[in-house]
Amino acid sequence: MALTNETIKDRLIAKFGEQLSHFEEPYGLLTFEAPRDLNLKVMQFLFDDQELRFQFLTDLTAVHYPDQQGRELAVVYHLHNLTDNIRLRFKVFTPSEKPDVFTATQLYSSANWMERETYDFYGVNFVGHPNLKRILNVDEMEYFPMRKEFPLEDQTRIDKDDAMFGR
Amino acid sequence: MARPVRFNIHPIQADIKDNISLANMPEGYTGEGFFASRLSDVVGLARKNSIWPMPFATSCCGIEFMAVMASHYDLARFGAERLAFSPRQCDLLMVMGTIAKKMGPIVKQVYLQMAEPRWVLAMGACASSGGIFDTYSVLQGIDQVIPVDVYVPGCPPRPEAVIDGFMRIQDLVGQESVRRRNSEQYKGLLQSYGIQ
Amino acid sequence: MSTEHHIKLPEGSIEKSTTTLNLGPTHPATHGVFQNILELDGERIVSAEQTVGYIHRAFEKLAERRPLYQITTLTDRLNYCSSPINNMGWHLTCEKLLGVKTPKRVDYMRVIIMELARISDHLICSSVVGVDSGAFTGFLYVMQYRELIYEIYEEVCGSRLTTNMGRIGGFERNFTAAAWEKLERFMAEYPAVLKEFENLFSRNRIFMERTIGAGPISAERALNYGFTGPNLRAAGVDYDVRVHSPYSSYEDFEFDIPVGSTGDCYDRFLVRNGEMWQSLRIIEQAYRKIQDMKGAEADVYHADAPEYYLPSKSDVYTKMEALIWHFKIVMGETDIPPGEVYQAVEGGNGELGFYLISDGGRTPYRLHFRRPCFIYYQAYSELTKGAMLSDAIIVMSSLNLIAGEMDA
Repeated sequence: MALTNETIKDRLIAKFGEQLSHFEEPYGLLTFEAPRDLNLKVMQFLFDDQELRFQFLTDLTAVHYPDQQGRELAVVYHLHNLTDNIRLRFKVFTPSEKPDVFTATQLYSSANWMERETYDFYGVNFVGHPNLKRILNVDEMEYFPMRKEFPLEDQTRIDKDDAMFGR
Repeated sequence: MARPVRFNIHPIQADIKDNISLANMPEGYTGEGFFASRLSDVVGLARKNSIWPMPFATSCCGIEFMAVMASHYDLARFGAERLAFSPRQCDLLMVMGTIAKKMGPIVKQVYLQMAEPRWVLAMGACASSGGIFDTYSVLQGIDQVIPVDVYVPGCPPRPEAVIDGFMRIQDLVGQESVRRRNSEQYKGLLQSYGIQ
Repeated sequence: MSTEHHIKLPEGSIEKSTTTLNLGPTHPATHGVFQNILELDGERIVSAEQTVGYIHRAFEKLAERRPLYQITTLTDRLNYCSSPINNMGWHLTCEKLLGVKTPKRVDYMRVIIMELARISDHLICSSVVGVDSGAFTGFLYVMQYRELIYEIYEEVCGSRLTTNMGRIGGFERNFTAAAWEKLERFMAEYPAVLKEFENLFSRNRIFMERTIGAGPISAERALNYGFTGPNLRAAGVDYDVRVHSPYSSYEDFEFDIPVGSTGDCYDRFLVRNGEMWQSLRIIEQAYRKIQDMKGAEADVYHADAPEYYLPSKSDVYTKMEALIWHFKIVMGETDIPPGEVYQAVEGGNGELGFYLISDGGRTPYRLHFRRPCFIYYQAYSELTKGAMLSDAIIVMSSLNLIAGEMDA
């Protein structure tokens, strides 16, 4: 019997119950939300289960929602089951004051740099990461640039006139 | 209705008379067995036809530069036969591509490692002024850190534009005065960049 | 004589038995800027640490400022050796979000362009592997045919390298007669060139001894590191996005997926060459399919999506609705549905993914690029452990690391 989104959803609910929420299928991709402390358990379950076998981490990134109090930063994982060719997305929300999320590097080596990039852009602190430091920006940068409150342009530049550029 | 571009479908036969150009002799006094000219002219003539560039390729302009170096647009005909990858052995620093703030100190260090006389060509919009990337992480032009002689605009510039920029460098090299590098104006320029 | 000359050495430098070599951001193999700090024991590499970010241009932040049709110019500059693939991937993402269905002819035109871009990308990688092992000739031979591919791009969109090709829903103009002529010339002349290129390298004893056994990786480790594309296929896993999640009518084409076994540099080189042969096959099939189209469908080059595809200028100046659509599209008054979409395409280096979250506004709320180079470069320290220094260079060039895609 082929693996479908329904089957995956049923297996997840059977294992984790009410803790997983917001099951949706935008454009055919099963998406759900997990509590922050369970992200590693969910990924481990999806990895080890003989029927689900989500053993490829396609992408790991974050999104900043400044308006949702207590849930500002969302870490989004995209997983892929290569043998049955099914994709999955799940999110964990964390407040921006103390954005601690367990690292996935023990399970997927590819998460190493993806988590560093997420830390660099959003300040998400991945607990247990072997080398959590900035990767793309300069090491001395003090803020997390992708958060919505920070501007795109370098504010100290003198040769570009913001009024003429429509900003 | 757009006019289709038709070059290279039916190429013209190559003619040897179109392919050879001779460098012009500098002005001077000639006589039997001697030729007197200005030192800067002769030295300039020799230097401008044998500039060894250092390609500092960072992004897309680097790939366009690879096309310039290849046989179709051949930069080697202009004397740039040997691409020196060490700054200590090159004359022209060609900065090709976006320079991020993380890369700025490295550009400066490579420039400092070059020996006089040295020239800099900024290829592409990103190296000239930051290009389309007016962001917190991109240096808005390499002239924030090193003095630049020629800017070649484009994103990426066509190979013909790169060759045109190179020819302008050749003009600068050919007409440079022998005293320029020790002059007050040049020293002032380097001081403004913090280079001793 | 009691003069004591003290030479100040750094702490622990006499006891340290390894040399630190900085294969710095600028190095002769002109691959782009990323750094490797190698600890060498003589000629053997003990450990390697990579630093990237030397060309970080903040694409994701820039994309939050631009409307959807302006982000195409950003995607060009990801993997700039094959920019049409990035462009088409972005258009596919937008079409998925907006619900635009493209006609078959547009899909086949896109396939031709994407496969040409794939050939162009693999040519750079393969010839640069040759250059790094000392063979400059192959590079000069194939750059001639890359120039022909650039001329085809010029006919289609006007630009050589950063193409900004196509629009949401199709192409901005039909392929001209000269574009078809150049494509036919390419299909006729290129197989002989590729054969000659392979003859120079594939059974060349020096090349084989340089590349066989350099930087091997097993399929399990490759999957765990998130490898995709030719590097994963060289390790033995036949995962290709074109086959597993077909887009732009790839399911209508017949092609094989070349797969290696050990995942070393030689396998990667051969897999890329094999893919170029398959790309030629696909181009010929697509060309045939387009030539066989008759009647009305033989002239169509964009989808019927007036909300997202700019009408032609003659219509804008003469018809009222076209003028209104033009105004709405440019000023951002069209309805962009809120939602999140992930679309993957098979780029030159693997699965290039676009994760787009739209909140209904003119610009994306969040756009993230899943960049294959960034993800698989992490494995470099494992690939070069215990290898010689010259192997490290060959491994770096055979992985096809494009700095623009790595840092974005």
